[in-house]
Amino acid sequence: MFNILQKTFNTGIVTTAYPRTPVEVPANFRGRPSFDFEKWTDARAAAEVCPTAAIALHDSPDARKVTVDYGLCVFCGLCAEASSDQAVRITREFELAATDRGNLVLTAEYTLNADGTHRQLRKVHRGLRSIDAGVEDAGKAARMKIQQLLGRSLAIREVDAGSCNGCELEIIALNNPVYDIERFGIHFVASPRHADMLLATGPVTRNMELALLKTYRAMPEPKVVVAAGACGISGGIFGENYASLGGVDKVVPVDVYIPGCPPRPQALLHGILLAVGRLRERSFDKHVG
Amino acid sequence: MMQAKFPPFSALRQKFGGKVRSLHAERENESYLLAADPDIRGISEYLRGEYNARLVTVFAEDRCAVEGVFFNYYVFEQKGNTEYLIVRAPVPVDDPQFPSLSADLPAANWQEREIQDWFGLTAIGHPNPRRVALHDNWPDVHPLRKDFPIDTVLPPFEGERHTYRPALGEGVFQIPVGPVHAGIIEPGHFSFAVAGEPILYLQLRMFYTHKGTEKLFEELPVHKGVFLAESISGDSSFSHGTAFCQAIEAAAAIEVPLRALIMRTILLELERIYNHVADIGAMAADVGFVVANAHASRLRELLVTLNEQLTGNRLLRGMVCAGGVRRGWDAAQLDTLAGTIDAFAKEFKDLIRLVHSSESTRDRLEHTGVLLPAKAKDLGIVGVAGRASGIDLDVRRDHPYAAYRRFSFRVPVYQAGDVWHRMLVRVEEVSESIGIIRSAIDHDLHEEFRVPVPPIPPDRCALSAVEGWRGEIIHWIRTGPGNRLERCKIKDPSLNNWPALVEAVQGNIIADFPVINKSFNLSYSGTDR
Repeated sequence: MFNILQKTFNTGIVTTAYPRTPVEVPANFRGRPSFDFEKWTDARAAAEVCPTAAIALHDSPDARKVTVDYGLCVFCGLCAEASSDQAVRITREFELAATDRGNLVLTAEYTLNADGTHRQLRKVHRGLRSIDAGVEDAGKAARMKIQQLLGRSLAIREVDAGSCNGCELEIIALNNPVYDIERFGIHFVASPRHADMLLATGPVTRNMELALLKTYRAMPEPKVVVAAGACGISGGIFGENYASLGGVDKVVPVDVYIPGCPPRPQALLHGILLAVGRLRERSFDKHVG
Repeated sequence: MMQAKFPPFSALRQKFGGKVRSLHAERENESYLLAADPDIRGISEYLRGEYNARLVTVFAEDRCAVEGVFFNYYVFEQKGNTEYLIVRAPVPVDDPQFPSLSADLPAANWQEREIQDWFGLTAIGHPNPRRVALHDNWPDVHPLRKDFPIDTVLPPFEGERHTYRPALGEGVFQIPVGPVHAGIIEPGHFSFAVAGEPILYLQLRMFYTHKGTEKLFEELPVHKGVFLAESISGDSSFSHGTAFCQAIEAAAAIEVPLRALIMRTILLELERIYNHVADIGAMAADVGFVVANAHASRLRELLVTLNEQLTGNRLLRGMVCAGGVRRGWDAAQLDTLAGTIDAFAKEFKDLIRLVHSSESTRDRLEHTGVLLPAKAKDLGIVGVAGRASGIDLDVRRDHPYAAYRRFSFRVPVYQAGDVWHRMLVRVEEVSESIGIIRSAIDHDLHEEFRVPVPPIPPDRCALSAVEGWRGEIIHWIRTGPGNRLERCKIKDPSLNNWPALVEAVQGNIIADFPVINKSFNLSYSGTDR
């Protein structure tokens, strides 16, 4: 008994102060790739190497549309290595959670040159898909209601709907003494009937579709759904195939999307707190008008 | 021409005559024996009996369009021999069946049934030929056949997913658990039959996370395949990524620079210790010693932060590539590595002292979840679970890869086979890993860390093996045109080891199931792919 106490006292407090104070991430951490759209003259190499088609080109005879989808990105850094014009840079930003799937998508429009490069940025916009306004409002209303009803407490049911277990490792880390998610009054619960939030990872497999749906239905109203990781958002590298349905929103409505492969614990925390209205969504690109 | 090391072809010819067609060494330590027909029972018995060979894995390949047959592959290894002998047995298209080995060799049970499901080849005489990989309500499809497009849209589910065997008797209850578990765990279904507290019988239903991974490898260019390999099993990203890259490098016949091999060795050992320390904590937590788990998870955090400093990702992703590694380390990173390992080594000793000082923890873990060595041998158990039950296998020593030939380390083996010894194996392996990392840092890490990979010629076959932290990982590839793969077989150690869990829980009280399960800590995603 004495040695247990002694070890505890010697160790002291290890819990981070995030998000009250910003987190010091290592210099080499690969966060959001940032695109200098004005400087970018050739997107082909980056699109070619991207393992998940997060960077995609849509060329017409004299125009090029480049889409960057952080919901597909696995943060491998190949795009920055492949782009010779220095227009792609890997940043250390990780607070990327979004309340709208479209907020994770940037589109830049260019004039296409005959040699395959491009010039003359016409415009950049954020958002691709128009989300049904009714669905969006319902999500917002649920978040407000959860905040009103439960104050600062939140119960989360986690469902692995087919992931590689990478996201689960980081979600489990939220319970360790360093991140200690219970300091926010947030805890993981065993039954969906006790839960306010469904935190799901993907890709949703054909074999887990029903289990995910049943878990969602078993949760009492009001409820919010958070999809974590590239695969949970979009199917990631697995995409859609005979065994994979793709992202969580193919099966249940999603309120918040947390990019990452996997999202680091602070990124998960940011997304969870965003989902219950305790943090604000960050706008992550100064080039977006 | 390289010579196969075991057995001599003349001996095989003498014994089997025309049933063996040829034997050739594809490369050092990788030989192919072409059989004349799908019946390799005699060859298997001979290799196992005369050469004490072990069946490593069984898988199939659809070569109908090119060679007019399917092939079954049986990979064997022999104690003390670094070679893999791969028996390639043709299965005709018009008679798609092969004699099962499972009745004599339970280790082949799930893998033969996988061949039935993925390729539609029937394992004749299999003691339990039910579906294993495709759930029962899947239509009659065989996804790894070449005529099955990956984007096939299957009809919606109808009916029951699986009928479990009933457990009958007075006072016998069946307890269904999963696929969604109480904790933050991967999905799978466990059906327990209990009489009072003791477990009579456990039935497993896996493949809930099947996501078409092997098929997907056939669709991706090789450089993207690395990222898919890293997503086979999240906690083994670097091991699977390395296994995949090694297969590519073997097929491309390129030599990886020493610096990269040493860096891979360091990262493979970091993956081992971050997982082992987390498991040691989790086992303590499952018997109520939560303080030990708090320290263990703090130490794990120390290591995954180090991972991030070394590779940019906490799970070591985006670092390994065919031809070496993507980035070198500067002096500051090497200092951080050495310093963190020193700090970890000291703290790890404290953690183990804490665990050993708790009599009640030891009391709960000893004699719990026993897997007897004879059972482990029959079932073909590998890795940590095997070594705790007398199975003395370790790919790092038996088929050295990366830079393991340069380092000396001990492979701990116990006979007791209980949860306590599965923990002890981990404890000792962590100490060995620290030793390996420390000697690796002493090597000059300033040369080249990556060589370019030329376009890979089609139709090259290559086998690659890595001792992941759980055990033996096998990747086997056949290259296709345009730097793509025709086939990529993935064998995670979990696939071998699930049946061990069924054996180990029998007679234990159901309250001990979580800690027994944790002591194996198998990957669902690695199994289901």
